[in-house]
Amino acid sequence: MKNQYIFHSGRIIPLSRDNVDTDQIIPKQFLKSIKKSGFGPNLFDAWRYEDEGYPGQDNNNRSLKEDFVLNQDKYTGADILISRKNFGCGSSREHAVWSLMDYGFKVVIAESFADIFYNNCFNNGLLPIKLPENIIEDLFLLSEENKEIEVDLIEQIILCGGKKLTDFDIDPFRKQCILEGLDEIGLSLKYSEEIKQYELKREKEAPWIFNTDE
Amino acid sequence: MAKTLYDKLWDSHEVAEREDGTFLLYIDRHLIHEVTSPQAFEGLKMNGREPWRISSIIATPDHNVPTTEREKGIEGIKDEVAKLQVTTLDKNCSDLGILQFDILDKRQGIVHVVGPEQGVTLPGMTLVCGDSHTSTHGALATLAMGIGTSEVEHVLATQCLKASKLKNMKVLIDGKLSPGVTAKDVTLAVIGKIGTAGGTGYAIEYSGSVIENMSIEGRMTVCNMSIEAGARVGLVAFDEITEEYVKNRPFAPKEEEWEVASSDWKDLKSDQDAHFDETIFIDGSSLKPQVTWGTSPEMVLDVDGIVPEADSESILHALEYMGLEAGMKISDIKLDQIFIGSCTNSRIEDLRLAAKIIEGKKISPEIKRAIVVPGSGLVAEQAIKEGLDKVFKESGFEWRAPGCSMCLAMNPDHLGEREHCASTSNRNFEGRQGYGGRTHLVSPATAAASAIEGKFVDVREFF
Ligand code: SF4
Repeated sequence: MKNQYIFHSGRIIPLSRDNVDTDQIIPKQFLKSIKKSGFGPNLFDAWRYEDEGYPGQDNNNRSLKEDFVLNQDKYTGADILISRKNFGCGSSREHAVWSLMDYGFKVVIAESFADIFYNNCFNNGLLPIKLPENIIEDLFLLSEENKEIEVDLIEQIILCGGKKLTDFDIDPFRKQCILEGLDEIGLSLKYSEEIKQYELKREKEAPWIFNTDE
Repeated sequence: MAKTLYDKLWDSHEVAEREDGTFLLYIDRHLIHEVTSPQAFEGLKMNGREPWRISSIIATPDHNVPTTEREKGIEGIKDEVAKLQVTTLDKNCSDLGILQFDILDKRQGIVHVVGPEQGVTLPGMTLVCGDSHTSTHGALATLAMGIGTSEVEHVLATQCLKASKLKNMKVLIDGKLSPGVTAKDVTLAVIGKIGTAGGTGYAIEYSGSVIENMSIEGRMTVCNMSIEAGARVGLVAFDEITEEYVKNRPFAPKEEEWEVASSDWKDLKSDQDAHFDETIFIDGSSLKPQVTWGTSPEMVLDVDGIVPEADSESILHALEYMGLEAGMKISDIKLDQIFIGSCTNSRIEDLRLAAKIIEGKKISPEIKRAIVVPGSGLVAEQAIKEGLDKVFKESGFEWRAPGCSMCLAMNPDHLGEREHCASTSNRNFEGRQGYGGRTHLVSPATAAASAIEGKFVDVREFF
């Protein structure tokens, strides 16, 4: 995963909907897996295929809904997803992020994201970018033309044909995490001493929390 | 400085500020279920880590469990993939010594029903669960947040959540609800007003006379759907109603500890002049029963409403998916199925209310199937004691075993394509209750009344 984002260029797949929820990104029947991989073929399953999918089936033989963007020839190989407001709302299922990544998406751009989904992205190294409505409109137009764009994470800019389209904001630490693939748990465990101290104090104040014997 | 309830809960759990400016928040209670935990345990193991504090974790399987033939336990799960997930939870719990209310335990149920019911959710706690409806537990003045699987692993390993502070929003609901208008209608009306992203980045505290007079179960219904308004956290201040509810729950503090705890908890409310970044007012007296027509919870109307015109791609798409015409009356939508259940509305008061409406009546012959799925084994036991199961069965409902069931249809209960369902759950997303199924979110009262008529009716007429 390391460093893949310093500079990423790719084409855009436009998904012109508000409130794309995680139930759409990966329907519940696929959540039965106990793994983190293999979800890509079922990304947007109900929008993508004519029939209802089930885990473990051979997806190559299923008929596709031709008008769905992921199925349009023109967008084959595009790996930047763009959508509108409140992308990733609903269920906290991290499977949604795993599916987008497994399919091959490197960047997801939207006008806004739901909180839990946004966190889940960073925890897996998928780059979510929030942009204002007018810029999103421009990107939708570029996706029509099937133009390649470049996402420069270091500089926090998006370019097209070497020309800057926009800046974007990203929390500096999260940026570093994506760039370097930092181990969040390892980082937090550096504070083990503080956690232990807090815990001792908490146990004195509220001992009932620490006893769950039946 | 004056603080909100959220500020107080946050401040009392802050452990450290990390180099990156995020905070480590100590987690008192961690609830887990079969769907979002296996990869977290796997991750721990792969990195040679162990859970920080086993006594903080309580598990129960809920999403995948079948609602029939429950006496067979895990063997009753016909779907092998689902079975493996429940077995994996079992194994992780027994390997690590985690307390689990397993599939055969009568305390098993939907994790958000079980927590408060057992007193493993307590006021003043921080609580997380790999499930977005964790906001439910905020009804007990608990700082409860839904998290993703990476965060589940993080909390297992460190007992802390890495978090940034949310902003404060107050939703003030004054007045008095009409008979037949319930907590569910309140929460749907809030979502209708602020939209599904309205609460993004906020912790919502619900207050006002409607909330003050509401039972804890009602408050749970309201906090439950905070996430449908975009807010990860929903809260209600601690009061006598909370105290009464918590007292004597199996895992609640007893005797001297109870005295200390219940007196500490009295401070779990926002200070008089605490600052809220946003305040929303709702007039409870004018609320009508709510029904969603579309594929997002914000697509909601009064029961006497009219389906809107397609003035955006989202609405157009929702109308198509739901098979509705702009301009038609909500009360003209014909129903195929009725679902009473889910972490929003499967508690005893929900069942009592629905049973009261249905008692002595039959569901419409147009309804293909109507099911009641209690939230936990103990809710079921209580309902049976009160004879509610009989009332439902006599009217044509099926009485099922506890779990998430048709709220998300991971188990065998689901809608057929194009079937319309009056559902007491919380999400009307495409395919949520079954491939091609059409969900309308309503209160248990509206679901029961609509079962009798075979279409949506104003349940206020039943009072
Ligand atoms: S009842 Fe529905 S919303 Fe609640 S936890 Fe289960 S699946 Fe999630």
